[in-house]
Amino acid sequence: MAANTGTYLIRGASLLGGEPADVLIRDGVIAETGTGLSDDGATVIDAAGLVALPGMVDVHTHLREPGREDAETVETGTRAAALGGYTAVHAMANSTPVADTAGVVEQVYSLGQAAGWVDVRPVGAVTVGLAGEQLAELGAMADSRARVRMFSDDGICVHDPVLMRRALEYVKAFDGVVAQHAQEPRLTAGAQMNEGEVSAVLGLTGWPAVAEESIIARDVLLAQHVGSRLHVCHVSTAGSVEIIRWAKQRGINVTAEVTPHHLLLTDDLVRSYDPVYKVNPPLRTDADVQALRAGLADGTIDVVGTDHAPHPSEHKECEWAQAAMGMTGLETALSVVQHTMIETGLISWADFARVTSAAAAKIGRLEDQGRPLEAGEPANIILVDRAARWTVEPAKMATMGRNSPFKGMELPGKVVATFFKGHPTVLDGKLNTPYPHAASVGAA
Amino acid sequence: MKHLLSTEDLSLANAIRILDTAEEMAAVGDREVKKLPALRGRTVVNLFFEDSTRTRISFEAAAKRLSADVINFAAKGSSVSKGESLKDTAQTLSAMGADAVVIRHWASGAPHRLASTDWIDAAVINAGDGTHEHPTQALLDAFTMRRHWARLAGTGSEGADLKGMRVAIAGDVLHSRVARSNVWLLRTLGAEVTLVAPPTLLPIGVEKWPCRVSYNMDETLEQGVDAVMMLRVQGERMNASFFPSTREYSRRWGFDDNRLHALDTLGMKDTIIMHPGPMNRGLEISAAAADSPRSTVLAQVRNGVSVRMAALYLLLSGDTREPAAPALAYAGTHSTKESN
Repeated sequence: MAANTGTYLIRGASLLGGEPADVLIRDGVIAETGTGLSDDGATVIDAAGLVALPGMVDVHTHLREPGREDAETVETGTRAAALGGYTAVHAMANSTPVADTAGVVEQVYSLGQAAGWVDVRPVGAVTVGLAGEQLAELGAMADSRARVRMFSDDGICVHDPVLMRRALEYVKAFDGVVAQHAQEPRLTAGAQMNEGEVSAVLGLTGWPAVAEESIIARDVLLAQHVGSRLHVCHVSTAGSVEIIRWAKQRGINVTAEVTPHHLLLTDDLVRSYDPVYKVNPPLRTDADVQALRAGLADGTIDVVGTDHAPHPSEHKECEWAQAAMGMTGLETALSVVQHTMIETGLISWADFARVTSAAAAKIGRLEDQGRPLEAGEPANIILVDRAARWTVEPAKMATMGRNSPFKGMELPGKVVATFFKGHPTVLDGKLNTPYPHAASVGAA
Repeated sequence: MKHLLSTEDLSLANAIRILDTAEEMAAVGDREVKKLPALRGRTVVNLFFEDSTRTRISFEAAAKRLSADVINFAAKGSSVSKGESLKDTAQTLSAMGADAVVIRHWASGAPHRLASTDWIDAAVINAGDGTHEHPTQALLDAFTMRRHWARLAGTGSEGADLKGMRVAIAGDVLHSRVARSNVWLLRTLGAEVTLVAPPTLLPIGVEKWPCRVSYNMDETLEQGVDAVMMLRVQGERMNASFFPSTREYSRRWGFDDNRLHALDTLGMKDTIIMHPGPMNRGLEISAAAADSPRSTVLAQVRNGVSVRMAALYLLLSGDTREPAAPALAYAGTHSTKESN
């Protein structure tokens, strides 16, 4: 962190929503915090009224590169991330080729460094080609330059119980975690939306909550049995929250994530048959939304993960059953969490920092992310205008994906600045420049 | 009414208006020259992404009797099967000047997509979408029931609803767009509906529907019914464990000869037996039941043309007002047809 990234004095920001203070950033680290700090030689940023938070860490991002550069690239996806307040993202493994070898994860890692907008930490596939048959070389990915710690076949459930057990056991060798996409495949064959009152009327094949809950129940017991670390991706049902709460009470080493869209939207939206609302796991009921919010507030759910999943427009401008599953989320996550969790009084800004940054960094074992806003810590900091209101316009986003389910909604909260390793990647709510040594690192 | 996509959101006034208009259209079918000039110069496209000869020719006959130009676009063997998207197909039809698109699609909601996007400006009629809805089938069923109900009451059909009529709908409700459309429309028209099916073939969430649910065909008959509608059941469903065998299905849920006889012994001489077709004789309905005087199967087919004429006429006539009373708006065509 000794890079020469300049000196910035953030003046009068509310640290984690608390009392106003100044933050002096010098050469990538927080040099000092306090009131009335000297601005000698520093670029001063007036942050009166803004909240200072640790840079957000996404445990669940689809950057699409390599393979689907028509949907997103590491460059465009990480620009979106920086604008959304992120300083690190975990890039999911379902690229083409699949990130199931040291070579592919190092490629993605290098692309992230070359882009210079955020830390890109590749997630390695659990099984070769996400096929669910044979373990990928998890150790090689862990030992690679990408230092992979999170492994997931996301999009596909590791449904074979023996394979799941072995994966959980094996990653103990390098402090890894298996991030499970909990979806029992036989119970969800051809599934199109949450199974319930709305699917009955719409005639769309139902996706029962039990298909998610039964896998989570099995996996927490497996994690307990082999003494390993399990992460549950995008929890979407009230029953899942209950099972995870039960597992944590028993001391099982499980963490869980919820997406912003599952904190806000319900399957009633599917009545439009607009595939922008088609997502895996599907939007559920209002009772599920309330249970997810309560679970995030009480710590049962550890983190918010976007499951940012950009798709080209032709994959959404079609029949519901033909459409791809997924929604963009990097540039709306902060606003949706503020709207659903903070403005409802469920959590504070300090809690926000935990669920969007500190806990996420801990799951992915990112040592320089999710740190306190204190002297000596890496300067991954964002400034948020919590009073701002804005209307979501997908066409104006940095992501290539136009598939935002929040289109047209007015949401609170706007990222004004993002400091990544002491360098402002976002200033005045607009992209500034990437981390300055990006080019040379990329060329190396 | 700009489109006819579902019966769930069809108002009572519009439902009655379509049924009354269909009665007028039926009169045309009884004449030697079965043609009205009402839609001369208008283009109706039958856009079929799923094979359905019956429904397609019914719509084709309806459009032709109204003098519309009809284009049949079967997705199989066309550019669609080569990967053309629904959007491109719709825009193509729009560019060719289609005034109405009658769409049959295997995907639930496909007609809604045509109607809610800017891909095409034409009126959209749902001719059956996936396991969602088949509104013209429900309308022709209601038309058939209404004639029967009115005849029993000794009144005319026009303006009438189905208040008090007891209707049992039996079979594969889970996969049936016909059942869904009928449940909503019969509710709107005031009938009392009981769904009869094995629990595996009822959707989760059916308890919120405006109807009763029974797992027992015989009990349902004993409680009294005025119409029994049998749904087509695909024998292959047993391979996915929806029921153990076609024979067990037939014994427990089918309308067999014993149940046909039971209608007589229970004193239900006016109860009709309906089926949307095509029938699996010997599976959900016995040959004797299908061919009995109680069967309305062929009347349903006949009425289908009248109902589809009414739907096309009302959507394309440009009169999109909600009717104050179910009066007909096309009186002018009567004088024209006299000269034909």
